[in-house]
Amino acid sequence: MNYFLSRARRHPSFIVGVFLCLCLGAAALVSFVWLSGVAFEVRMDQKLMLPSQQYWLGTDALGRDVALMLLAGSRSSIMVGIVAVGIGLGIGVLLGLWAAAAKGWTEEIIMRACDFSFAFPAILLAIMITAVWGPGMINAIIAIGIFNIPVFARITRASAQTIWSLDYVLAAGACGKGKFRITIDHVLPNIMAVLIVQATIQFALAILAEAALSYLGLGTQPPEPSWGRMLSDAQSLLFQAPRLAVFPGVAIALAVLGLNLMGDGLRDLLDPKMSRQR
Amino acid sequence: MIAYLFRRFLTLLATLLGAAAIIFIGLDLLPGNASQILMGADADPEAVKALAQQLGLDRPAIERFAEWLWGLSHMELGNSYAYSAPVAELILQRMSVTVPLALMAMSITTLLALTAGVYAASKQNQAGDVGIMGLSQLGVAIPNFWFAILLILLFAVQLNWLKAGGFDGWDEGVWEGFKALILPAVSLAVVQAAILARITRSAILEVLREDYIRTARAKGLGAQSVLWGHALRNALIPVVTVMGLQFANLLTGTIVIENVFYLPGLGRLIFQSIANRDLIVVRNCVMLLTIMVVVVNFIVDLLYVVIDPRIKSHQS
Amino acid sequence: MSANNISLLRVNNLRVLVPTIAGNLQAVRGIDFNLNAGETLGLMGESGCGKSLTALALMGLLPQGSRASGEIWFQNQNLLQLNESQLCQLRGNRIAMIFQEPMTALNPVHTIGHQVAEPLRIHQQLSKRDALDRTAELLNRVGIDSSRHRIHAYPHQFSGGQRQRIMIAMALACSPDLLIADEPTTALDVTVAHKVLDLLHTLAEQNGMGLILISHDLGVMARHVQRIMVMYGGQIMEEGTTPSVLSRPAHPYTQGLMASRPHWNGQQSTYSSQSNSRPRLKNIPGQVPALHQMPLGCPFADRCTFAEYDCHRSLAPIRSLDQTHLMRCRKKV
Repeated sequence: MNYFLSRARRHPSFIVGVFLCLCLGAAALVSFVWLSGVAFEVRMDQKLMLPSQQYWLGTDALGRDVALMLLAGSRSSIMVGIVAVGIGLGIGVLLGLWAAAAKGWTEEIIMRACDFSFAFPAILLAIMITAVWGPGMINAIIAIGIFNIPVFARITRASAQTIWSLDYVLAAGACGKGKFRITIDHVLPNIMAVLIVQATIQFALAILAEAALSYLGLGTQPPEPSWGRMLSDAQSLLFQAPRLAVFPGVAIALAVLGLNLMGDGLRDLLDPKMSRQR
Repeated sequence: MIAYLFRRFLTLLATLLGAAAIIFIGLDLLPGNASQILMGADADPEAVKALAQQLGLDRPAIERFAEWLWGLSHMELGNSYAYSAPVAELILQRMSVTVPLALMAMSITTLLALTAGVYAASKQNQAGDVGIMGLSQLGVAIPNFWFAILLILLFAVQLNWLKAGGFDGWDEGVWEGFKALILPAVSLAVVQAAILARITRSAILEVLREDYIRTARAKGLGAQSVLWGHALRNALIPVVTVMGLQFANLLTGTIVIENVFYLPGLGRLIFQSIANRDLIVVRNCVMLLTIMVVVVNFIVDLLYVVIDPRIKSHQS
Repeated sequence: MSANNISLLRVNNLRVLVPTIAGNLQAVRGIDFNLNAGETLGLMGESGCGKSLTALALMGLLPQGSRASGEIWFQNQNLLQLNESQLCQLRGNRIAMIFQEPMTALNPVHTIGHQVAEPLRIHQQLSKRDALDRTAELLNRVGIDSSRHRIHAYPHQFSGGQRQRIMIAMALACSPDLLIADEPTTALDVTVAHKVLDLLHTLAEQNGMGLILISHDLGVMARHVQRIMVMYGGQIMEEGTTPSVLSRPAHPYTQGLMASRPHWNGQQSTYSSQSNSRPRLKNIPGQVPALHQMPLGCPFADRCTFAEYDCHRSLAPIRSLDQTHLMRCRKKV
């Protein structure tokens, strides 16, 4: 652990990434705790004000505090990110482990299904689902989650396969250890690093996907705030209040950037085999 | 070799068939009575039944599915409920916007990414490399629709060089059409280029570490010859893979970007049809997008065989 | 076996610095040696003793971050003072090198004809057809049959032994004056290995080419080289003709190496019922010091049974035991 920390300290982009992620987390926490009950009151008399001491980033078309909206928007992003990636991780890893352990027909079927679902990009899937079941955060989560399943299944199977072919695992099998036990004891711990890195990256992608869906009106619905929807609202006011289109985008970019940097850094630091001259 | 191609083609057809089935199930069977959805929850049951009959919804699912597949094979796609026009016509019209847009975006991406990637690899860890990699990190983190909005802000609002959206049709002249598509294409391209540049750079660096590069240098080849003659072709394999995958992203990106710029393209058609509950249009458009994605991946597989001679042998 | 006494290569005080976490450290610490035209010199030592780096330094192919200093005189030029384009003119042309891993040393997307013809086209400006003709000849010489046909084949269609032969053909294409072979047979089966080495030997003889053969295998050295240099910890510890070094090893390290070979005296059997009667294999106790822990004096001092006080403090000077046999040791012989 100390070794990890000392190497981490010498990795500037990782530190920046972690910092940004902590900011994101802090924003979400703050908005959960402090703003949770606060309805975003519509105060038409305060609309479209410039940044000032009272409203750090100004107000939007309905008089709401932009800064507070941004903080609250992090809630949707994080929630979608965590649950969607969680779904993908949970089901995908199980499928991948199963495919790697079972081999033969089971593996073929699972992998064909995954390859097949890659033909349906995430947004398309999300649009189909929301077309049928209606827009909303839950459906957005389901759509993004479904898309994550084959991603994790693929990468789990690939990594698990290399572990399965290692000598000591073959030996364990020869000694009579069951496939399930081998998976739990040997395979899973060794692929954790890869999974953590991938999860971070998928989290970033989930945030982008949620933003896009909300922008289109298919994701998080009002009154729950969302960065994507803030951007769509801002677009109609582009000539009057251009600044409104800048802040939410910056928020999204910083969140995604932080996650990406952290993921890349983790990749460099966690697995010596994965680390390479950058 | 022929056998390999034939097998891949069969896989392609099978994939399309499976995709069609899933699309049909997802958009036709699952939602329940389509005519009910079209007319709303508290419509008159008689009217709903009449519409259902008119749309042919009372026939068995397999029959409807087969009919649809047959229609797909010769562009007989039925009529749109919302537009009262043949779906095929609608789609073709929209394609005249989306296809040029996608091609423009793909060209910009390829050009930007390959040059940036090769350059960054040749200047590894120096200023040029760090700069390009930093930019690409930024590019990956930016939502493409936000970048589009920023572009509009700059070029339409501030500079007033281009319009903030809309597309008047190619009849107004190729140049006008081009101007309308340039901002959308750039916003689609930049994010993809960022990803592709990183892949290109790391693919080349990876290849430069291989033993055969050392052999090439030991033969007296200079740095440039090594890069272009030996490294690049080996690096193309992962690059082409990603480009194929990116095409799918590109197509779905058009759904969002066409909305940002109010372009009358395929993406916007899908979106509007969803709002109109015009499921027949949605179904066909989604199928079309899927066909395009699968075909592009097929082409990528073909390119592999051309690039890497080992693949042919593995298959035989 | 005639070796002219024309000096081909003179290396003076070659040092190679490599970057490590602990800073730039010397992996090759001042070695000198000569090679005449037509001679075969063996460079022997364990992993990490600096022999590969020496070879790469000769070619100017040190990995990024490493630096070489000293002098490498080859055909009246100091290779260490040439710029990259001048070195490119020499590589594959007058000096060639073959490497250890034949399976990965050839570019998988080009035909072997293309790759073997490349040095011919660059250095001798042959046309594509002429180069391919010559390539077919070369491949024949190294034992690849039906070479006319095989020119259009890809590396993955050949075995390891064949690929190493292709590498040899490629290296010899422009008839270089000096060939460096870095552990060319380590990755090959024993029978294949000796065939490849015999081939190298024959070709070197036929062309009057100087050959530096690097290996850690005593057997290879014994059969295929005329002179041996023993390296340890970045230094040359002993140098001499093969019979001399192998039968009368003078340096304690060489003596240790010779003693640790397994002996078969006909009566031993692994299935002997009295397992205690088998003599133990001898080894040299201790380990090669890590780069950043190199002692001031002789790198072998800590493991040497004859080490004296001075040995730990400074390197011994080079002593001649006879006309050709040299060693770097204070031990009385």
